[in-house]
Amino acid sequence: MYNFEFEKPASIADAVAALGDEDAQALGGGQTLIPTLKQRLASPSKLVSLTGISEMQGICMDDDGRVCIGGASTHAAVAEGASAYPALAALAGGIGDPAVRARGTIGGSLANNDPAACYPAAVLASGATIFTNAREIAADDYFQGMFTTALDEGEIVTEIKFPVPEAANYQKFEQPASRFAMVGVFVAKFADGVRVAVTGASEDGVFRWAEAEAALSANFSADALADMAPAADGMIADLHGTSEYRAHLVGVMTRRAVAAAS
Amino acid sequence: MSQVKMTVNGKEMSGDVEGRTLLSQFLRDTLGLTGTHVGCDTSQCGACVVHVDGQAVKSCAMLAMEADGAEVATIEGQAAPDGTLNTIQQAFQDHHGLQCGFCTPGMVMSTAALLKENPKPSEAEIRDYLEGNLCRCTGYHNIVKAILAASGQDVSALAAE
Repeated sequence: MYNFEFEKPASIADAVAALGDEDAQALGGGQTLIPTLKQRLASPSKLVSLTGISEMQGICMDDDGRVCIGGASTHAAVAEGASAYPALAALAGGIGDPAVRARGTIGGSLANNDPAACYPAAVLASGATIFTNAREIAADDYFQGMFTTALDEGEIVTEIKFPVPEAANYQKFEQPASRFAMVGVFVAKFADGVRVAVTGASEDGVFRWAEAEAALSANFSADALADMAPAADGMIADLHGTSEYRAHLVGVMTRRAVAAAS
Repeated sequence: MSQVKMTVNGKEMSGDVEGRTLLSQFLRDTLGLTGTHVGCDTSQCGACVVHVDGQAVKSCAMLAMEADGAEVATIEGQAAPDGTLNTIQQAFQDHHGLQCGFCTPGMVMSTAALLKENPKPSEAEIRDYLEGNLCRCTGYHNIVKAILAASGQDVSALAAE
């Protein structure tokens, strides 16, 4: 790993100031960034740790009934603390392994937007809102392709607010070596319709499966999706599975999520 | 270089580190605590698991400076000062929960974290919790057995090795 300076500010304002330096980079729990640095795939001049900022920690409910999660909350904290949104807590408890969950953060995962990460599916399916030091961003506008988000340079995910659906479930088919999602599907049923978000499958990163949403909004049952799968065009193909295999898995995992949620 | 201070196995320790120094490097190279093993250095294998402020973490995926001021527990602090093994270590020995022993420090530290959270885990819960600890000798069966024994549970239900 190339060397860098390290700073651990105690407030969002100080972190934003520290990130103003050229080639400075925010550090969440480091469970993706540190391995990336070891491979010399990134060479920041300075890492700004966000884990010492108490205003970015913790889980609560707001007056609109949304579950609000500080951007520096670890996966373990969400698994334990987001009991008002059980499908989200279960998703957090299934990321990586216990030691990874003790360090990795929701804000770090969302800023990275790995195409096989779990959290983007929950955020997009829930229609959550991402709060940064500068603004709020709707989930539908936030994810902009593999490892690409609406965040500007130096912008920090400070909090995520999740509306709680009437019913929801996340189903992950793990890639057996990395245990990342080969395909993960989050289904969320709200009074005004169903949202379905898919991670792991597409070359464009997390996406909403509109056909399944329409079918499930009319009839929230796995039968409503019989034999349905998205087009294989644009699905990831690698040594673990072809694009056709992943497209098929999206249908299977969506049906499982609906069956588990209903 | 910057100085970091942390409490390691109950003792105040300090040393000079670079920004890029990993906690695993600081423990092994600066403090000489080589019981924390580095197997893969890609945060997959779990041989480097230590506790930071009571939570099991992979010390190869954490910077030493991130642990500045923290309470760190490593395998060296598990046995009593006279060398008497703790319950978990003794169970690993009694049930042959190790072959080459390389993964064992991480296995023991993960087990300690598991039993603090869940004092009587089922076999399935043990296997699930150890997802991030790899054993190249494929000794999982006896590791699971040792953890059941360490938690005071009957191991006879688990098929003989």
